[in-house]
Amino acid sequence: MHANRSLELGTGLFVLLGFAALLFLTTQLPSSGLKLGRAKQSYLVTAEFDNIGDLKVGSPVTMSGVRIGTVTAISFNPKDYKAEVHMRFDNEYNQIPDDSFAAIQTQGLLGGKYIGLSPGGNDQFLKNGSVIEQTQSAIVLESLVNKFFASYSSRKGSEDSSSQSADTQKQAESKK
Amino acid sequence: MSDGSFLGAGVRRLGATAIFFGRLLAQCVPSLARPRLIVAQIYNTGARSLIIIMLSGLFVGMVLGLQGFQLLQRFGSEDFLGSAAALGLLKELGPVVTALLFAGRAGTALTSEIGLMRATDQLTAMEMMAVDPMRYVAAPRFLGGIIAMPLLTAIFGVIGLFGAQLIGVQLMGVDTGVFWSQTQSAVGLRDVTEGLVKSLVFGTACSLVAVYEGYNAEPTAAGVGLATTRTVVASSVLTLLLDYVLTAAFL
Amino acid sequence: MTDAAPAAAPAADTVIDVRDVHYEIGGRPIFTGLTLTARRGRITAIMGPSGTGKTTLLRLITAQVSATRGQVLAFGTDVATLGQQAVYELRQRMGMLFQNGALLTDLSVFENVAFPVREHTDLPEPLIRKLVLTKLQAVGLRGAAGLMPGELSGGMARRVALARAIVMDPEVLIYDEPFVGLDPISLGVIQRLIKQMNQALGITSIVVSHDVQELSAIADDSYLLSGGVVAAAGPPAQLRASDSAAVRQFMTGSADGPVPFHYPAPDYLAQLLADE
Repeated sequence: MHANRSLELGTGLFVLLGFAALLFLTTQLPSSGLKLGRAKQSYLVTAEFDNIGDLKVGSPVTMSGVRIGTVTAISFNPKDYKAEVHMRFDNEYNQIPDDSFAAIQTQGLLGGKYIGLSPGGNDQFLKNGSVIEQTQSAIVLESLVNKFFASYSSRKGSEDSSSQSADTQKQAESKK
Repeated sequence: MSDGSFLGAGVRRLGATAIFFGRLLAQCVPSLARPRLIVAQIYNTGARSLIIIMLSGLFVGMVLGLQGFQLLQRFGSEDFLGSAAALGLLKELGPVVTALLFAGRAGTALTSEIGLMRATDQLTAMEMMAVDPMRYVAAPRFLGGIIAMPLLTAIFGVIGLFGAQLIGVQLMGVDTGVFWSQTQSAVGLRDVTEGLVKSLVFGTACSLVAVYEGYNAEPTAAGVGLATTRTVVASSVLTLLLDYVLTAAFL
Repeated sequence: MTDAAPAAAPAADTVIDVRDVHYEIGGRPIFTGLTLTARRGRITAIMGPSGTGKTTLLRLITAQVSATRGQVLAFGTDVATLGQQAVYELRQRMGMLFQNGALLTDLSVFENVAFPVREHTDLPEPLIRKLVLTKLQAVGLRGAAGLMPGELSGGMARRVALARAIVMDPEVLIYDEPFVGLDPISLGVIQRLIKQMNQALGITSIVVSHDVQELSAIADDSYLLSGGVVAAAGPPAQLRASDSAAVRQFMTGSADGPVPFHYPAPDYLAQLLADE
């Protein structure tokens, strides 16, 4: 019978330890871990983008580098062919001007995407259900590179042709 | 010719194991009416494996810290030590090493216990008393193993992480704040659940193998020994195979 | 209950009826036409040299295996026709004593004897306690109720197993080699207990053993198995005076007879002189 007691004690300790470890791993460790206790009150804001790149549900929304909310849903609006992004802002950040500018940015050079807000100047603030009008889409790396090469070659081409025409002019003049 | 019969024997054994699994599952629900038995088995498989899991977790974590630091240093990314160690532990090393250790310590204990009961006619005596040994002996051990595994894996992971931190921060000079903040941003809930799902699957597989081998051991001393060996081998191979399948599935 | 194949109705007091049973293991024939009966309230002895399949016979009777041919009737029903549930119910009417006791090693003596009661009935705890102590008293081990099986001697373990076998008041008790490996005192104790169970409780007893002396002292009917069939049947005294040399050799324990002393070997002299 004493063996019974120590068995129950040992098992209880083991299960407690295991659950503590589980709790730690699921709440403390991950960046978007399970939130314990009352969920922070938040309000819903939406914005539309031409291109969201690889922005994901759960991506952060920041202002001046401080995280103020999370992307909660992404959908496609077939009426104006834009991506509709739903975000939840923490209630404590309730003084964001409603003409603020939302841009999809990249963490580091090749990191994940997030939404960065730049404050506007209005004294009306974003509230539950507000829509952010001014947005900037994600910068897609390939189109950036293409643009660079395209502008480089067109500039080079116009330089060549202008130097060519300058040469022919010189030649023409020298011939006179 | 011999290859054919070897394959045939292997397939037969697989079938026998599957049938056994089915019967075992059927007995799991009625077995839940005996929580005392299951609790005793959680102690048997889990609590008694705690020391070895914690020790191994510590050393694996420390090795990760050491090795990881050396490797990352080559690329100038020592700051990522926390993330590397955490992800490695949570997704791969934690579940797999815990499962292998489980097979060696708890799996063999289960097999030899049940095998000994088979050899001393205890299982037959139960059948003669019209008690289904599957319900009384096999199912509680199976359930105990499944419950213990994720808990053991979680403990392994946490202690391993602290082991990595011990080496990385205390020994190698990585900043504590950087270590933990990098870890937090790199690890997502999805990674943690991946590791836990793996540990559940491994737990099921290893417990099944251990109980099966014990139940079907030859009723002699030599037979029990052979069955114990088979448990370790089969559990290990199965764990590594399932690890690949699950890793691919999660990608 | 399904019907047995049409055959002569067994005598009213036959509990176990084995009819022309054939059985083989891995192609090797164990029984080739075995027929015997165990009658109610009597001690039936089943004897034979090692390896004649005495334990296999018990497994046939308790429906652990089925015969390839022939019938095994328990309480008038062919056990091969019974479903899982019916088999369990049948086994609750039988008690079995294993060679090494087969006590559950992680339970105490008391818990071992209480095991069948707890599993199959909803009796209140005080009643179970009284029942278990009564049965332990019957085998003389009431004082050992708190011990663990690992602390018992072989004889004591067997007695506890006997208490466990009778705790549900079975109609039939089957003893598998109860005399093996016991010292003279324990032998006497087991012998007395078997006789007592039979006389005091009217339990039909089937004892499988090759201990001729011990068995002959208590058995009412005996069967001698040899070569897969019954070689001789009847009261022990009749067997001892049998015409068959094989039976006599077994009953008296002679070193040489139809079962030879020498294992088959080539000529002795020839083998010794082979090197020269």
